[in-house]
Amino acid sequence: MSDAVREKVIAIIAEQAVLDVSDVRMDASLEELGIDSLGLVEAIFAIEETFDISVPFNANDPSETDFDISSVAAIVTAVEQLVADQKE
Amino acid sequence: MKRVVITGSGTINALAWDVPGTLAAFREGRCGITELDFRDVERLSIRIGGQVHGWDGSAHFDRQQLTLYDRFTQFTLHAARQAIQEAGLSFSGELAERSGVVLGTAAGGVTTWDDNYRTVYEAGKNRVHPFVVPRLMNNAAASHVSMQYNLLGPSYTVATACSSSNHAMGQAFQMVRAGMSEVMVTGGSESMLCFGGVKAWEGLRVMSRDACRPFSANRNGMVQGEGAAVFVFEEYEHARARGAAILAEVVGFGMTSDGADIVMPTADGAARAMRGALRDGAITPDAVGYINAHGTGTAANDRTECAAVRTVFGDHADHLMVSSTKSMHGHIIGGTGAVELLACIMALRDGVVAPTVGYEVPDPACDLDVVPNTARDASVDVALSNAFAFGGFNAVLALRRV
Repeated sequence: MSDAVREKVIAIIAEQAVLDVSDVRMDASLEELGIDSLGLVEAIFAIEETFDISVPFNANDPSETDFDISSVAAIVTAVEQLVADQKE
Repeated sequence: MKRVVITGSGTINALAWDVPGTLAAFREGRCGITELDFRDVERLSIRIGGQVHGWDGSAHFDRQQLTLYDRFTQFTLHAARQAIQEAGLSFSGELAERSGVVLGTAAGGVTTWDDNYRTVYEAGKNRVHPFVVPRLMNNAAASHVSMQYNLLGPSYTVATACSSSNHAMGQAFQMVRAGMSEVMVTGGSESMLCFGGVKAWEGLRVMSRDACRPFSANRNGMVQGEGAAVFVFEEYEHARARGAAILAEVVGFGMTSDGADIVMPTADGAARAMRGALRDGAITPDAVGYINAHGTGTAANDRTECAAVRTVFGDHADHLMVSSTKSMHGHIIGGTGAVELLACIMALRDGVVAPTVGYEVPDPACDLDVVPNTARDASVDVALSNAFAFGGFNAVLALRRV
């Protein structure tokens, strides 16, 4: 399952950043990929729709919730966790 | 140029259904934000708001009127009646032709859209009420005020998101000042606290789930409110000649555009709008004692707004009060500047500055005197009212004590 989640998250981020999937490095931050706050909110929406999950995220205080957006890898891990938690 | 004074005021919002009740709540620092109560609220993740609970349109309007009055129109008419009654004006003859109504709303009849989409999409019906269009249109509220009070001069509706009513009142001010109108009824109204309205806002992820805490370091977003406020702007000599009681004088108006981002504000646009209002009213910065902030309680607005105040006022920024009454009535979107103008009038006329409630933790990025939690007695000569909208449209009004 893990690979599938990663591929889909990377595809969503790549689309938002207008990059090729192969250019999305796992250790890159969204800022480095050129994704601004609106892009982030759109990416989270796409993640929710794709995985049928609810992502706890408040743009005012990204650190308020456990949803870690510090890097692509962190987002993949967080989404995997949410998918596992919310699919039980 | 003519002088412009305010001779009537009316409101309905989560704090009270009239001006005295609203000002009492401001003085007490009472918060009107509660659990939302409407159909399908359980499907929302945001469930608090400055809702007007217990409002029953049928107690105020007859059946025929109600078919034409969306909730935002009902709120407008309720506030307009208070304002025109307080002003003691009736409009006929030449006065009627030289008077109009300019109101702000961001979205007009949202609950009408919401209800009728349900009818055709969810309930699968293929027919809606014949008056859906005249009920939901953005200018419905202004039109009904014009019809009800015989205001036959220039009338229209301004939609600039959260700046709508400040833009409307600024236009009304300019029209009276220019001698184009004797009297303008002005202000704004909003009512989008329904499932579709709040669902749309949820998507932006800028809403707080628990409280509106402007300028507080632990603020976590805006809380939406609903309601209206309406004022009578009148040419000074006209008001004096008839012995009208004057609430305050409108002395300046500034409007600017950020030209930058559809949702993120810039300090420069805000600063230029405040400067513009001061220049327009020939006001020196150190004459300003109070600013009713836009103060939405979002991370971005409050930080940017405080930086703008520092830019405009320099050292004087440490000698003026800046509060956000949105902490009490919520963000009334297109009607918010109108309801907030009441706090400016209270500061000037009653010498009481409304507090920013819900304030808990100082934020170094918002290190102004935000009048935390408790109202304050102070003598204020000039007050500004800020509104900064999505889309980068800024509108600032300047009022002076009479």
